[in-house]
Amino acid sequence: MNLNKVLKGLLVAVPVLTLAACSSNNDTDAGASNEVANQPVQAVDQGMSDAEQLRQQLEALRQQNTIYFDFDKSTIRSEFASVLDAHAAFLRARTTISVTVEGHTDARGTPEYNIALGERRAQSVQSYLANLGVAAGQLSVVSYGEEKPVDAGNTEDAFAKNRRAVLVY
Amino acid sequence: MTMILKWIGKTAIFALAVVALQAKASLEIVITEGVDSARPIAIVPFTFVGQNQPTQNISQIVAADLMRSGKFNPVNVMRMPQQPQNSSQFNAAAWAKTGIEAVVMGTVKEVGLDRYTINYELVDVVKANGGVGQPMMNSAGRMVAGANHILHSSEITIAGKLFRQYAHRVSDVIYEKLTGERGAFSTKIAYVLVRDKQEYRYQLVVADYDGENEQVLLRSKEPLMSPTWSPDGTKLAYVTFERKQSQIYIQDVYTARRSILTSFKGINSAPVWSPDGRKMAMTLSKDGNTEIYVMDIASKSLNKLTNHRAIDTEPNWAPDSQTVLFTSERGGNPQLYTVDINTKATTRVTFDGEQNLAGKFTPNGQAIVMVNRTNGQYNIARMDRTTRQMQVLTRTYLDESPSIAPNGSMIIYSTLHGSSQVLALVSMDGRFKARLPAVNGRVKSPAWSPFL
Repeated sequence: MNLNKVLKGLLVAVPVLTLAACSSNNDTDAGASNEVANQPVQAVDQGMSDAEQLRQQLEALRQQNTIYFDFDKSTIRSEFASVLDAHAAFLRARTTISVTVEGHTDARGTPEYNIALGERRAQSVQSYLANLGVAAGQLSVVSYGEEKPVDAGNTEDAFAKNRRAVLVY
Repeated sequence: MTMILKWIGKTAIFALAVVALQAKASLEIVITEGVDSARPIAIVPFTFVGQNQPTQNISQIVAADLMRSGKFNPVNVMRMPQQPQNSSQFNAAAWAKTGIEAVVMGTVKEVGLDRYTINYELVDVVKANGGVGQPMMNSAGRMVAGANHILHSSEITIAGKLFRQYAHRVSDVIYEKLTGERGAFSTKIAYVLVRDKQEYRYQLVVADYDGENEQVLLRSKEPLMSPTWSPDGTKLAYVTFERKQSQIYIQDVYTARRSILTSFKGINSAPVWSPDGRKMAMTLSKDGNTEIYVMDIASKSLNKLTNHRAIDTEPNWAPDSQTVLFTSERGGNPQLYTVDINTKATTRVTFDGEQNLAGKFTPNGQAIVMVNRTNGQYNIARMDRTTRQMQVLTRTYLDESPSIAPNGSMIIYSTLHGSSQVLALVSMDGRFKARLPAVNGRVKSPAWSPFL
């Protein structure tokens, strides 16, 4: 079950995606969004129950629910546009479902500053999704700063894995 | 459905355990630098008179305290020319040759069931040799120093279980007599202990400043952050994520009773009591951006001190209560600023280094201690407010969360040692350094109590 398959399963008006492309300052963002926008939209397979379809969609979205950030930055890198586009498409189609965006940082800096930085990252994702047409009521953010690392190591590699925002359904 | 709800209810209750258990000491102090430059002092082992010796040894605790202050180097018993029990047995001439500045001597006498009378004296070796004191004739007709070489003498009768507490008081007195500065050995530290393999992995702990008498105040499955003491030393404020969002709580250290202070949308972070204990400075993001606020604790009314789209956090009160120091990245990188709580006028304070964070005024207000980032390294630094001179005090890795002893002599902070987060100490001049490794778990967010 990959993301593209999920997208194909969604009955969604895709042109909203171009809005997101406009809102981004990054050129490569637009490219990534267009790629998603060009996916043909298909009717839902009638053989699958809605609950089963939802389960599969959530499962697929949970496979790609993390986006990573540069040191002390909260700007969304272009390579994560397609991931966020997929989540936005799902949330627009499923207006009763909400998502919490968790913001995290690496261990450098102070815990209190990092709580603020983590919130910035979560807010970046939140506004990116809002720009793609997701209703504000479906989106909430929480920052854990440096308190919940996925990799407790202190290498550059571990730091990179910890500077993240996670979409939690 | 009711079953599930009941189950959820139970889990919610057990998701957080408010406890006040005595735990085994998990911190140990390892001095890593600075003993050589300290002043030599002799703590003569106290003479015990009686049958049942108490488990705590007062002279050993005092010697350890004074050594950890970084200002004194208690000499080995082998270097003592004699082991007097009191000043009448004190041989001034013999001590004069040793270079030892001061001698502490005493006795512990068993006077009843778990009752002990403790006598001790502090003698200045130079004064005892007539350096400053007035020589006088004793009953045997020999010239001896006047009583002013005895800097302090004291007698008390206490139970054996109070020995450690009393020993810290003795250390406070000796330190003050010899340095002119109040001792901080009877203080406590609060910190967060993280034990990754446990279900309730985050623990809020209070211990004596030396890591003894550890008490767990709270266990949680979700992160705990930023413990901070009330000025009277009876309460802690801290940040908890137990309800999947940051909230500020206040908890009584002695009764373990706790109450919620803030639960605004967004960040509720970095609480710090005003010097009079009536207000709490904090960071909130309820209006979208992180800003510094001051809350009147009784009325819960808020005064917003900053208004900037950049990150503003880590408030710290100046001793005069009129100014709040904070971290802001409004200049591009995090640096320290002050804001006047009445006029809200903001002034940039730090300029040296790539970043400066977590600023704390020293108790006399003359310097600011902070986390400084230079060449990518995070270390504890101190800046003199008059000369604006900045001195990096540590060479450890990923230093954060500095907290200053109430007498301004020492800074406790969190750092990385090997692969684990530990607490460390550095003296205000940077010469003395020690590490407090945990026996089991990561330790962070230390907060030094006020004088108790």
